[in-house]
Formats: sequence, structure tokens, C-alpha cells
Amino acid sequence: MNNRHPSYTPVDSTVTRRFPVREVVLFAALLVAVLGVYAIMGAAYSTRMLVEAACYAILALGLTIQWGYAGQFNAGVMGFVALGGFCAMLFSVPVNDAFWGTELPGELGRVLLYGLAAIVLVIGVSKLDRFGMPKLLRTVLAVALAVVLYLVVISMLREVTSEIQSRAGFVGGFGLPPWTGWIVGGALAGGVGYFIGHICLGLRSDYLAIATLGIAEIIKAFLKNSDWLTRGTATVSPLPWPTPGPSALGFTLSRAIYLSLTAVIIAVIFFLLHRAYHAPWGRMIRAIRDNEVSAAAMGKDINKRRLEIFVLGCILMGLGGGVLGTFNSLFDPQGYLPLNHTFLVLVMVILGGPGNNLGTLFGAVAVYIIWIMSEPLALFIMQLVASLGEGAGWQMPTNLESRALQARVLVIGMLITIVLRFAPRGLLPENIKSHG
Amino acid sequence: MNELVFFINNVLIAGSVTGSIYAIGAIGVTLIFSIMRFAHFAHADMMTFGAFMVLLLTTAFPALGPAIGVPTALIMLPLAMLLTALLAVGIDKAFYKPLRAHGVKPIVLVIGSLGVTLMLQGLIRLFAGTSGQSLYVDDRKEILRIALPFEGARAPIVVTEPQLYLFVITIVCVVALALFLNRSRLGKAMRAMSDNPELAQASGINTNTIVAVTWVIAGGLAAIAGTLLSLDVTFKPDLSFFLLLPIFAAAIVGGVGHPYGAIAGGFVVGFAETLAVFNWNVLLRPFQDSFPAWLELPSNLAFVGTEYKIVVPFFILVAILVWRPTGLFKGKVI
Amino acid sequence: MSHDASPPSPSNAPPLLSARGVHGGYGSMNILNGVDMTLHADEVGVIVGPNGAGKSTMLKAVFGLLNVNQGEILLSGEPIQNLAPNQLVKRGMGFVPQEKNVFPSLTVKENLEMGAFLKPQNVKRMLEQVYEFFPPLRDKRRQPAGELSGGQRQMVAMGRALMAEPTLLLLDEPTAGLSPLYMNEIFDRVKKINAAGVGILMVEQNAKQALAIADKGFVLAAGQNRFTDTGAALLADPDVARSFLGG
Ligand SMILES: Nc1ncnc2c1ncn2[C@@H]1O[C@H](COP(=O)(O)OP(=O)(O)OP(=O)(O)O)[C@@H](O)[C@H]1O
Ligand SMILES: [Mg+2]
Repeated sequence: MNNRHPSYTPVDSTVTRRFPVREVVLFAALLVAVLGVYAIMGAAYSTRMLVEAACYAILALGLTIQWGYAGQFNAGVMGFVALGGFCAMLFSVPVNDAFWGTELPGELGRVLLYGLAAIVLVIGVSKLDRFGMPKLLRTVLAVALAVVLYLVVISMLREVTSEIQSRAGFVGGFGLPPWTGWIVGGALAGGVGYFIGHICLGLRSDYLAIATLGIAEIIKAFLKNSDWLTRGTATVSPLPWPTPGPSALGFTLSRAIYLSLTAVIIAVIFFLLHRAYHAPWGRMIRAIRDNEVSAAAMGKDINKRRLEIFVLGCILMGLGGGVLGTFNSLFDPQGYLPLNHTFLVLVMVILGGPGNNLGTLFGAVAVYIIWIMSEPLALFIMQLVASLGEGAGWQMPTNLESRALQARVLVIGMLITIVLRFAPRGLLPENIKSHG
Repeated sequence: MNELVFFINNVLIAGSVTGSIYAIGAIGVTLIFSIMRFAHFAHADMMTFGAFMVLLLTTAFPALGPAIGVPTALIMLPLAMLLTALLAVGIDKAFYKPLRAHGVKPIVLVIGSLGVTLMLQGLIRLFAGTSGQSLYVDDRKEILRIALPFEGARAPIVVTEPQLYLFVITIVCVVALALFLNRSRLGKAMRAMSDNPELAQASGINTNTIVAVTWVIAGGLAAIAGTLLSLDVTFKPDLSFFLLLPIFAAAIVGGVGHPYGAIAGGFVVGFAETLAVFNWNVLLRPFQDSFPAWLELPSNLAFVGTEYKIVVPFFILVAILVWRPTGLFKGKVI
Repeated sequence: MSHDASPPSPSNAPPLLSARGVHGGYGSMNILNGVDMTLHADEVGVIVGPNGAGKSTMLKAVFGLLNVNQGEILLSGEPIQNLAPNQLVKRGMGFVPQEKNVFPSLTVKENLEMGAFLKPQNVKRMLEQVYEFFPPLRDKRRQPAGELSGGQRQMVAMGRALMAEPTLLLLDEPTAGLSPLYMNEIFDRVKKINAAGVGILMVEQNAKQALAIADKGFVLAAGQNRFTDTGAALLADPDVARSFLGG
């Protein structure tokens, strides 16, 4: 054995290598399911499903490192996904000359500069106590100034943005390749994550859940109502793809190429995570997760590590949101729903195995297949019942589709509680004690 | 003068209304937190459930109210409170208790409560649909206009009938809660358990009973808050996540685990919201003449548009977490 | 109570507390490795031993706060090792933990009332009795217990446990962190409580003073009995003195 695998050295002496029966069986079943979908629904539909599942896998990897690696619960995945989608849109959509060709960009820039100046001014005033000003006076002054300047700037911003909206529709995009938007989307999501994490990570974990839930709704409200920036409910489409689109190659082939692109992204993430996980950094993270008390003995670094993890997870969510948004070729702020973009991802992670990347990948694809197939299935069943009922002289409710949607909400909720209760570590559990 | 009346109607009255609703919701959240040590995310949907029960009962017996002279919805409220309390106890038995028995971390209970909130949401919307419905089925909302005895005050102060009921019910709730917590044996035991659960057990207090009582109170209060909200505007089944944030913010502002703090926090958040969406131009306009000529007031001087109202509780939440995570009244558990 | 008096209990009655070969701990690992203890009604038993010996653990095992994996514990002849704390309170056991032994935001009076949670009809009478045992508490009764001094807090804690009229009171280091003056006061109260007919089993670091009032002394080390005798005998034993009482 040894001379056939000369390069093999055990990463961790306490890990006993075993044949991964569970993994093989589960992934084989998954493969069968995918093939089944291909057989029934056709190649174009099934490939689309796989691409979406792959995008969700990126989101799920983001959540699994937050929840599984570090025990931080992010209840606002949707917000980070929406940010990613927004950046993908903003960077890739063609340049809008009706906006850039006028004085409006300058106006907008001026207002933003005023805003920056106002912030600097307020911060300056809030430091005045260092020059001998009484603290109370300083606070009153800073708050009053902040209020007044805020009103001034926001009024100017409202003026400019309504001007943009009426004259140019919206600011349009930058006409850059989509991947620039994905990267910026990840960075922006990471930035928001840093802000939230910085505030909440030293506190009870519940507060992080509350704050992320809130920021997600705020991001959505902002994207939905900033018509000058996102066209709001009017939606933006199409978003250009980085790969040849369906018009050039047909649905199946173009989607297959996009799928390979996402597969490469996932592989890279997977590899980097694996490396990090087995590096000293990863060991420390796991030590924190498994025993916060003894890890706390390592000093104040613990919050810094947790912040790193949280930001990293948010970056992945932003990135995944960008890839997903570009693939949908549509930016619709109203399409971001807690159910589809937060709780679905949560189910993927807790069902697959929090903290276990392979399990998360499995969970993402498996749950997404169930999720997608449940729609036609539920509708089919409902229609069947309806037609049977009609035969028996029954009157079925009319809005079957919206009711089917609510039934899904119910099912996802049930799944979450059942998994927490009966399989709290998922189908592919992470080996908690492997690092001794 | 009219501007002042406008201010009273849009800030004082509206703020008290939202403040009361948030306060009643936040009391439930804070009680659950102090006894079971987790943020109960299903609380907003328990409120919706309570209001939905009222809607069902009111639709079933619409003639009851007009016969007595009280909105039917209010007559049905006690029954809805009972049903919601039962639901809350049932949910705990079915979902939270097994998790607690496994000794999971509180954050797992939080996730469990998110699962519960989705189930409730799904169920309610499955039956109620997603559109708004009025709780006034066979009766109609009385509106009181109180004309001010001043010269020049043409606009009256406007208070609706449900708003008056709301103020009365809020006061009754707060007094009843205070009496319960400070005078009754169970109420004191509840405070004891929130202080020190192990010692409460060692004193012979049956912690299961306290947990059940907490759910009954939280469920009953949730039904009240949900119903009052629906009476004030309409019954909307999809408010859940928009209600959660202000309620949690109220509970945290008041100091988690601190029922009176939650009341204060509810009003802080409620008034902050109405003040933030109020258009200050209305108040400043009368003085426009005394401003220098170059200063032209924009017509919209609100801090945030109503569509961004949710930013306000979030901002409050962030501010309190940064400056004083224990809350204004120093909560017990953070 | 003088230690040289013979045990007052009649010989045919079962002992108040009898523990035999108790093994137990917090998880599956045992901290206690076979502890024996017998205490008759009206006796004061004192457990001493080095830090981490399992003294607190033994009290918790008796009070049903952790698993007893082996051995048996009898209260007045009846096995109690699988009973929950609140059932033990009903059977006449009271427990004062080593730390966190009051409800800080409740007033002194409310703290005491919580002790009588299972016997609400006794509250008035027992309050009087506790105030007599601990006169300072009467004046402080409206003050939150969290605002009291350490010694007063200890009184509240003991008072709370007494409110249920226990026949056996378990005290975990009632004098920890108290000034010598307060310490004597607490020992004094313990004697008084015992004289009123309550059996007492307490863990103490101030071993000499505690053994001086003890009818029974148990020296624990590493989860096992090292010496068991009357308090006076242990005090007189040079082995005990050398290894556990600091010379
Ligand atoms: N809650 C707990 N969980 C796990 N182990 C514990 C716990 N409490 C105590 N231990 C362990 O049990 C052992 C005995 O502890 P115990 O508290 O009984 O000691 P003790 O004799 O009371 O010491 P001290 O005089 O310091 O109070 C110690 O090794 C301790 O680490
Ligand atoms: Mg001890």
C-alpha cells in the first residue's frame, strides 16, 4: 500500500480512514434522481434546475461555514443574495446614455460627496470633547448636526433621484463583464456582513439572527423602492451572461456551459475551504465551535475569528447571489423571498450536515430537486383532487397556485423542525471530535 | 394651529397606537426570553394567528357586536386569546420541549421557532389567503372627531373607536401583568425562574408549570396585539417579519427579560417610527416667512419614507446593541 | 448540641439519610467513586476535604441534581436516587447551593416565599420563624436580595430553604467568603436550626469550626470517604489534622 501511495500522509492522526459508504450511497441516489428528472422533464429544464441548484450550493456553503463551522445563525441570507444579484445587474447591464449623457451623474456625485462630507463633519463634532468641550454639549451638538445634515442631504438625494427616474428611467449598468459584478457583489455582501457581525458577534447568538433578519428586509426594501437605481418593481432584464447565451447555442447547451462555469466556481470554493479547514486557522475555528470555553482561553482572538468566518460566509452568499441573478437574467427585487432565499438554504444546510461541505453540497442539490419538483407535483395532485371533487359535485377553491405556494411554506417549516429534532447533525454529519 | 393638530393626529396618536401594539408584543417576547432563554421568532405569527381566530369568530357570529354595541371582534377577543394560548402551549409541547430536553443551545431553539413561524404562516395563508381583510364584518368603525376650542383650529383631532379600545386594553394589560408578577404566587415564581432556574427548581417550583404559564400569557398577549393591530388597520396575514423587528427591538431596548422595559421599549420604537416618517415640513412651513430667503424648505422633510419604516427599528436595535446591549433598563440575561 | 452526647435517635428508626456506595458525576464520568454517609435525625453532618474532592457533587447527588450511576441513597429508609429536586423538597429536603443561592431581583421576602412555594399555607408562620432565626432579614425584607451583603445573602439562602420546613437541610459552604464575625454567626444559626429539629448536612472549608459543631464528620478526597467519625474524633485525629486541617 505504502509504495503505491507514497505521497499520502494522514492529515490528522486521529482520523481513521474508512470507506465512505454513506457518502457514496447518498450521492448515487442523488445521481439517480437527477437522471430521473432528465428522463421526465427533458434536458433543457433539467439543466436549468442543475444550474440553479449549483448556485444554491454556493449559498449553502456560505451558510454552512457560518452555522456549521462557527455556530452563527444568519437569518437573512436573502439580503446578501439580493445584494449579489443587484451588483451582477448593475455591472453587467448596458450603459444608459440617457443618464450618463446628461449632467445627472455629476449631480448624483455631488450629493454623494455632500453626504460624505456630512459624515466627516458629524464624526469631527463627535470628537470635540477631546478639545475640552463638555461631553453632554458635544453629544447634543453632534446629534443635532447629524439630524440637520441628514435631512439636507436626503432631500437633495430625493431631488436628484426623482430627476434621474423621470428623465433617464434608471442609472443603468456599467456594461462590464458579469463576473466583475459577482466579485463586487461578494465584497459588498461581505462589507454588510462585517458591519452586522462587528456589532453582534460579541453578544448572544440570538441577536445576530434578529439583526440579519432585519438587514435582509431593509436591503430588499431599498432595492425594491430605489427605482432610480434598480427600476424597482419594473425589474431589469435581460442580464448578459459571461458565457454564450441561449440565442447563440440553444437552451440546453448554453445552460450546460453555464453549469460548468458554476461547477468550476464551486470546485474552487470547495478546495479553498478544505485547505483552510485543515490549516491552523480551521483548527482554531473548530476549537471555538466545539468548546467555546476552552477556546476563550486563547484570548480575545476568538471574536476576530468569528467575524472572519461570518464575513467569509456573507461573501459566498453575495457571490452566489450574483451567479444566480445573472443566470436568471432578471433582476426583480420582489422576487427575493425569505422562503426561497433564506429558509430553503437553511434546510439544505441542516439536512445535508452543517459544517460538512460535502454534506452541504448534497443537501443543496437534493433539496433543490425536491423543491423544484414539488411545484408541478403539488399542482398535479391538487388538480387531480379538484377534478375528482368536481365529479363529486365539490367546489374547489380557485387560486390553487397561490395555495400551493403556501403549502410549500408549511412544508419547509415542518422540515426545519423535524430535522432539528430527529437528525440535528444532518444526513452527512460533521465529525466533531476529529481534531482531538 | 392646524399644523399642531396634524402633528397630534399623526405623531402622538399614531405613535401611541403602534407603541401599544409593539409593547404588548414585546412583553411576550421578553417573558419567553427570560424563562426559556431564546428569541422566539414565531411571535409575530402567533399575533397573526390570534387576529385570524378573531376574524373567523367574527365572521361566524357577525351579529353579536351590534346587538350589544361593542365591535364583535372585541367580544371574540377573549376566546381568541384562549385559542392562541392553547396553540402556544401546544407548540411548546410539540416542538420546543423536545429540543430543550435534548439540551440544545438556545440558538437551535431560535431556528426551531423559525420553522414554527413558517408552519404557522403557511397554515394561516393557506386558509386566509394573503390579502387584507377587515375585522369589522357587520359593524363599522366609529370615528371620533374632537374639535379643539381654539380659534383657527379648523381640523379636529381624530381618534377611531378601536384606538380608544386599544388604549384601554393596553392599560388593563399592563396593570394586570404588574399585579400578576408582583402579587401572585405564580408570577413571583416566574420572576424567580427568570432570575435563577436551578434555584427555582431547588425551591420546589415546578418549572414545567412556569413554562406553560409563560406560554399562556405570551399567547394571550400575542392575540391581543394582533387583534388590536388588525382592528386599527386591517387583518394582514403577511406582516410577520415586518412586525418581528420592531418587537425584538422594543424588547432589547427595554432590556431583555424585563417586562416593564419592554413596555417602554415598545413606545420608544413606536414613537420613533412615527416621528421618522412624519413630514416635518408641515410643522416648519408656518415659519417659512421668518427664514432667510435662500433657505427653501423641501416639500418632503421626512426622515424616511413609509416604505423604509423598517429601517427605524433596525437603527434603534443597532444603536442599542452598540451603546448599551443590556438595554435602557438593564436586562437580566444578554 | 454537644458532640460527646450519644446520638439522640432511637436505634430502631431508619437513619434520616443513608448513602451507600454512591457513584456519580456530571456526564458519564464519575466524580464520586463510592461514598458512604449516614446521618440520623437531629444530627449535624459536616463534609470536609480538599478542593475538587467532590463535596458539592455529593450534595447535588443527594438532592437529585445529577445522575447516581451506582449505589443507593435513602431518605428515612426510602430510596430517593431517581427523584427530581422538587419531589425531594416535598419529602422534606432543603438545599442551599454554594453560589447563586438567592434570586437577586426578588425582594428578601419574595425570596423566602419562593422557599415555601409548595406549602403556601405555611408562609406567614414560617416567615415569622425565619425572621426570628435571622433578625437582620426582617428589616431588609423589601430590598432586592441582589443588593445585600454576602452574609445577609447567605441568610436569605438558608432562610429560603427553611421555609419549606425541611427535615434535612443541605448546605454547601454557607460561610464561604464571610468575615470571621459573620462566620460565627452563621455557625451559631446552624446550631440553632439543628436544635429546632432539622437534620443538617453541610460542606465546609472552615473545617475546624465546622467539625466542632458536628455530630458526624466525613472527610472526602478524590470522590471517596477518607475518614468518617464523630466531629470531635476527627478533630482529635492527628492523621486528619495533618493532611486535611492544615496541621
Ligand atoms: N458542572 C460540572 N460539570 C462537570 N464537572 C464538574 C461540574 N462541577 C464540578 N465538576 C467537577 O467535579 C469535580 C468535583 O467538584 P466539586 O464541585 O464537587 O468539588 P468540591 O469538593 O465541592 O470543591 P470546592 O471545595 O472547590 O467547592 C471537580 O473536578 C470539578 O471539575
Ligand atoms: Mg464545592
